[in-house]
Amino acid sequence: MAEPLLRVERVFKRFGGLLAVDNASLAVEAGQITALIGPNGAGKTTLFSIISGFLPPSEGRIFYRCADITGMPPHLLARRGIVRTFQIVQPFAGLTVHENIAIGAHLSRRSRADALDAAAEVASTVGLGDLLGRPAASLTVAGRKRLEVARALAAEPQLLLLDEVLAGLNPGEVATMVPIIRGLAERGITILMIEHVMQAVMSLAEHVFVLAEGHIVAEGAPRAVVGNPRVVEAYLGHGAAARLSAAGAAHV
Amino acid sequence: MRGPSIAHIVLVIAALATVPLLTASNVVLNFLTVALLIALVGQGWNVLGGYGGQYSFGHAAFFGTGAYVSAILQVRYGVNAWIAFALGIAGGALVGAAIGLLTFRSGLKGAYFALVTLAFAEVLRILASVAPITGAGVGILITLDLRPQAFQFQSRAPFYWIMLAMVAVSLVIVRLIEQSRFGAWLVAVRENEDAAKAIGVDATRVKLAAMTISAAITAAGGGFYAQYFLFIDSNIAYGPWISVEALLAPIVGGIGTVFGPLLGALVVKTLGELTKLITGDAPGLDLVIYGGLLVLIIAFAPRGIAGLLADLRVRFARLRSSVSERAHG
Amino acid sequence: MLSLVILVPAILNGLLTGAVYGLVALGLTLIYGVLHIINFAHGALLTAAMFAAFFAHRFLGLDPYVATIVLTPLFFALGYCLQRFVIGPAAHGEDRNILLVTLGLAVVIENVLLYAFGGDTRTLNLDYAFNVVDLGIAFLAVPRVIGFGIVLAVALVLWLILSLTDTGKAIRAVAKEKLGAELSGIDVAHIYAVTFGLGTACLAIAACLLIPTYYVNPHVGNAFVLVAFTIVVLGGMGSVTGALVGGLFIGVVESLSGLYLGESLGQIGIFVMFILVLLFRPSGLFGERA
Repeated sequence: MAEPLLRVERVFKRFGGLLAVDNASLAVEAGQITALIGPNGAGKTTLFSIISGFLPPSEGRIFYRCADITGMPPHLLARRGIVRTFQIVQPFAGLTVHENIAIGAHLSRRSRADALDAAAEVASTVGLGDLLGRPAASLTVAGRKRLEVARALAAEPQLLLLDEVLAGLNPGEVATMVPIIRGLAERGITILMIEHVMQAVMSLAEHVFVLAEGHIVAEGAPRAVVGNPRVVEAYLGHGAAARLSAAGAAHV
Repeated sequence: MRGPSIAHIVLVIAALATVPLLTASNVVLNFLTVALLIALVGQGWNVLGGYGGQYSFGHAAFFGTGAYVSAILQVRYGVNAWIAFALGIAGGALVGAAIGLLTFRSGLKGAYFALVTLAFAEVLRILASVAPITGAGVGILITLDLRPQAFQFQSRAPFYWIMLAMVAVSLVIVRLIEQSRFGAWLVAVRENEDAAKAIGVDATRVKLAAMTISAAITAAGGGFYAQYFLFIDSNIAYGPWISVEALLAPIVGGIGTVFGPLLGALVVKTLGELTKLITGDAPGLDLVIYGGLLVLIIAFAPRGIAGLLADLRVRFARLRSSVSERAHG
Repeated sequence: MLSLVILVPAILNGLLTGAVYGLVALGLTLIYGVLHIINFAHGALLTAAMFAAFFAHRFLGLDPYVATIVLTPLFFALGYCLQRFVIGPAAHGEDRNILLVTLGLAVVIENVLLYAFGGDTRTLNLDYAFNVVDLGIAFLAVPRVIGFGIVLAVALVLWLILSLTDTGKAIRAVAKEKLGAELSGIDVAHIYAVTFGLGTACLAIAACLLIPTYYVNPHVGNAFVLVAFTIVVLGGMGSVTGALVGGLFIGVVESLSGLYLGESLGQIGIFVMFILVLLFRPSGLFGERA
């Protein structure tokens, strides 16, 4: 099998006495959508921050395209093709939608005009084409999430790290966002997404990793992972899997 | 980014250039020259603070270095005044780069950045007040030599035009920054440094470049001051007065805009003169007014005069469209 | 090395000075810990308090220690009003604006004092200012020893207020979790103002402790405050014990370096120390909130 696009190898992260990431290893295959799920506080965003260069790991290595990128700063990783979005959206509030996206486009374009043109194109692929002139601060949550994706997209990533991009969206907004994400994968962008919205994980992800209390407790195809008793326990507590199957058997 | 075009800048500068032709009053020329000086220094602050979002409370460090390097080279080493002036700008830029390197590498932001710049300016002030090369407590007097070769003139008008030219250059520099990728990156860092880094912006390098440009522009103001007044000491060169005026002008006029510092400098200096007229030349009173003005502007018009004008324009446009709707409705 | 005869008095005097530094730092750290703002006006307010103490003696004949009783509530009220009616409303909650507003206040206060009283340096000439306590190995100025005791008493009172009174508990709640405190019905604007008032009250007391042995002019507060900032960053932003312990430590360091380096270099030393502390503390411990 070909070398995975991203390989996270035995990463630990300590904050003082707290072990936030505990021997986490995962691999992301090029061209696939991979999901990272797990209960709240499991360490998913911390792991993202480590992969994207915002935090150094206490131990462990990160490999991208076979090169060791551990500890490289975010802007250099972005230039290599790794771009992340943020769980709590971070728009450039004082700028318009158009200007926001253009910053991403400037990664590979020098001229303002080129960047603005590219930004307009990206905006229409995510459905923000009509809102270019609006101040970013005036967008709804759904709009801001789309802006976050558009801005990352304009930076022409090869690996896109989406951090709970569907959080806070109502079912209608989720339904609109899912095809956009699928569209990105169809263009060849590899996606690693942290997500809680299970329906999206099931319909989008080709491979799933489950992180609980800082370590990977399961991985595999979505259906297999969701049925895994260890995963159920991670979310619902010790003994929950046994209780659920007993209750299921009682109803037969 | 929407902003004035080069044509607008040329118009404004051309209009201001006619002043010495319209009046021979030294009072007016002096007032305007000093106001333009503050506009220049403020424009320097504006690059780092307005566009970059890094608020420096110690821009005196660059003003004073420009002044002292220029003065010392002339007085102690006999260097030609214009060359000394240019070297003063270089010196200021160097100090800016050095302070920027130290502070941005350490990740200092916000209030801590402001504090550390304040501290640097104070260190320089104290050093200048005791070091023999800067004249210690006595200061430096530049020898009177009213020839253009010595960057001194018999009348005020040439000084005014040179200052105006420097302001024009600073306006163009800022306009070019606004239109460039560097400017886009700078504003992104101001708005949200982490998000900017995530899409490829080298925030530290961008801030460092902004600081160096900012310092160079401010140092030019310092060098001019030395030639215009022919005397500097540690309190004039590195004192808090210039650090305060450097940030007050852009904040009053409109932070992060091309014309903001110019507008603000004219307003601030006019207020200062009015205060002096009403209450006499008491020490400290002008700064009291400035401090109060700062608080009031932040409280009621944080985007400055430019912001107020923009709001008025929007309100006027809305009014006009609602009137025409009613007329056609 | 220097003999004990010189070292011990230097250390003891350092501790006495350090106590007052600690009190100034205490006010600053309290304001930071609760309001999360760097109070740029702290130095100017200390200067104002020192002028008040000076003139209380000059015109009202009030001994500084007696003046404390009058000035402390007065400056508490001043701090309360400044935060409640000027800083809070003007800043609209934005960090950058708070910076500028407190700077503006500092400029106004300092220059009002300059305008009103001129730039001259003045000192109080008190009879007991030169009395000393004879410890055998060192002579310590009486006012400074009293000052040390009062600082400890103030720290204790502050600790009692914060632990036992309702207001104190509200202050701690707001410091820890502002939104939660607000939702529990605490009037955050009021608590912010009370905290700012407490910080200013500390300055009033510090001023009265300083005035017997120190000079006053419109710029005197700045040097103290820069030291206080250094202490607060070193001791931990928002930590009351850190402020006091840090104060004592810095006092001793200053005293010893004064011994070795002399007067004028000492002033730069404070600023350089401040810069170094800011540059080399890991950015995670201070700076923008996450």
